Amino acid sequence: MSADIQIPDENDPGRLWRLASRLSAIAVLAALLMLLSGTGLPPLMARFILLIGLIILAAVLLRGKYAKFFSGPAAYVATASLLVLVVLAIFAAELSPQNPYDLRQLDIMDGRQPPGSTNFDKTMTFHLGTDEQGRDILSGILYGLRVSLSVSLVATLMAMVIGVVVGIYAAWAGGRIEAILMRIVDFQLSFPSILVALMLMAAFGRGLDKIVIALIIVQWAYYARTVRGTALSETRKEYIDAARGLGLPAWRIVFGHLLPNCIPPLIVISTVQVANTIVLESSLSFLGVGVPITQPSLGLLIANGYGYMLSGQYWMSMYPGIALLAIVAAINMVGDRLRDTLNPRLSR
Amino acid sequence: MLVFLLRRLAQSVFVLIAMMVVVFFGVYMIGNPVDILISPDATPAEIEETMARFGFDQPVYIQFLKFVGNALQGDLGRSFVHGEPAVQLILSYMPATLELALLGLVFSVAIGVPLGVYAGYKADRWQGRAIMTGSIFGFSLPNFWVGMLLILIFAVELRWLPSTGRGETVAFLGMRLSIFSSDGLQYMLLPALTLALYKASLVTRLARAGTQEALMQDYVKFARAKGLSETRILFVHVLKNIMIPIITVLGLELGSMIAFAVVTETVFAWPGMGKLLIDSITTLDRPVIVAYLMLTVLIFIIINFAVDVIYTLLDPRVRVRGEGV
Repeated sequence: MSADIQIPDENDPGRLWRLASRLSAIAVLAALLMLLSGTGLPPLMARFILLIGLIILAAVLLRGKYAKFFSGPAAYVATASLLVLVVLAIFAAELSPQNPYDLRQLDIMDGRQPPGSTNFDKTMTFHLGTDEQGRDILSGILYGLRVSLSVSLVATLMAMVIGVVVGIYAAWAGGRIEAILMRIVDFQLSFPSILVALMLMAAFGRGLDKIVIALIIVQWAYYARTVRGTALSETRKEYIDAARGLGLPAWRIVFGHLLPNCIPPLIVISTVQVANTIVLESSLSFLGVGVPITQPSLGLLIANGYGYMLSGQYWMSMYPGIALLAIVAAINMVGDRLRDTLNPRLSR
Repeated sequence: MLVFLLRRLAQSVFVLIAMMVVVFFGVYMIGNPVDILISPDATPAEIEETMARFGFDQPVYIQFLKFVGNALQGDLGRSFVHGEPAVQLILSYMPATLELALLGLVFSVAIGVPLGVYAGYKADRWQGRAIMTGSIFGFSLPNFWVGMLLILIFAVELRWLPSTGRGETVAFLGMRLSIFSSDGLQYMLLPALTLALYKASLVTRLARAGTQEALMQDYVKFARAKGLSETRILFVHVLKNIMIPIITVLGLELGSMIAFAVVTETVFAWPGMGKLLIDSITTLDRPVIVAYLMLTVLIFIIINFAVDVIYTLLDPRVRVRGEGV
């Protein structure tokens, strides 16, 4: 990892990939920021950039060390379905037949129509039925998928950053600081995440920003513990001694040398963790303490239709439920494959 | 050993105090409960009067000191909605949750152990792989989703089992329990199964790993050499040896079963502590929220303390490390 003394080699194939991964990471971040703030490039273009960036990032990741990932049909199926779902989520606004949150497009006469029925004006078909306010379930699912995915992705990423910083700092500082930080981590991890999240949401109230914060608080400790463990064993290795011997400043050793070597085990954890976060978020939303009514995630959609299920109008919560299951299962299967790829001992 | 115990006890007390502060200030920051206690067209004088009656007009730290003082006497306030002392209210809902969690534990062993042992026995065959893939679903299926599906299949379509509620209860040691009446048991079946599924996949994975390891041991070779049937080897000899870690983990998981019961109880309208918590959050019934959180934290602290002590007794290495910190 010592970039200083490495001579740039024009024929090094890894160099191109590294460049691609960095560029696409920047593109993904920029596109996400533009989409969230609603400025800059037109949303459709930003969405394409986001998608292409994600694909390149995934391709770079699955090369090299992860090349064994695609051995067997399960990996292809899982990756393909994940990709489809991500595309659906990113282009929800363009793909859905109706904007379910634009009141002008809704007609209360279309409420609770079974799958396959047409609307009052005979202009569109509700392939998956409608809910009690006449909103197309299919469109609701696409928008909900976007809310679920983005909330969990943002929360997981930020929790990872916080956890990595705390974990590395604890391992590097040692002594009393480490003891105190790890006590806090142990303390938090001794409670199940759903309980902690419930407590927080009871205190915060509903809201997209609030649930993201709650999900970050729930998860950071997990990363902190993992990273500290990895960092402790890495700091004893020779390359850190070598970096110290070169007289590099501490921040450079930590960020330039220690950090990159602590990241690989986190990739698997964070993949699975995104799925867990989606489940946690949907559970909270189902309980009515999650996302606001104006921006329903899959969990809230299921909760909305739940009251009608006992009277046989299953579609309102069943189809969002299937979408939730699909995204969670796809992420988990990719995560499982990644773990097996990284850890040959478990691949049996 | 005594030093370790005392230190661990002091830690638990410290955690409890920290949680008190966090929970109190967290919950007391949200909304103004006066709004739901009196009608919206009340006069300012009436609002003042209600605020004074519940002590909301005092500074937060005075309210906190009062809360701590009362909490030490086992009084966590009166429910705004039910008008009963909060602790008593929660304790009256507790048996329903506990019996559900216990039946859930039983189910998770009953489902997980046979599947896990079989998957360990057929580890490299398709049966083993299928069970392992299935257990991924057990992990990833959201609790409320499973409950919904079970209701749809067994209550709405097949009409075999009741969908929601608790059914007939029988008094036992002063508690109303459903588990002893056949009608109540019918109502418990689906929620307990829902609660069990996640833990069942955990048990499956543990049992599989244990079986794979046990099958390589000498005693299995010896049993085979004696000509015992594979079933007998698996379910008598191997099972005995893999149950210890499984039971340990399940004991640890009892607490999380109670926490997860929040979701399951809401799905099945099961009148337990978790349902009470969710209802209290929607009605801003602060004393009940605080009391629930404090009681659950207390349960967790006790479980963790007990586990630490037992581990220390069983494994001297933990003790040495614990004293080193």
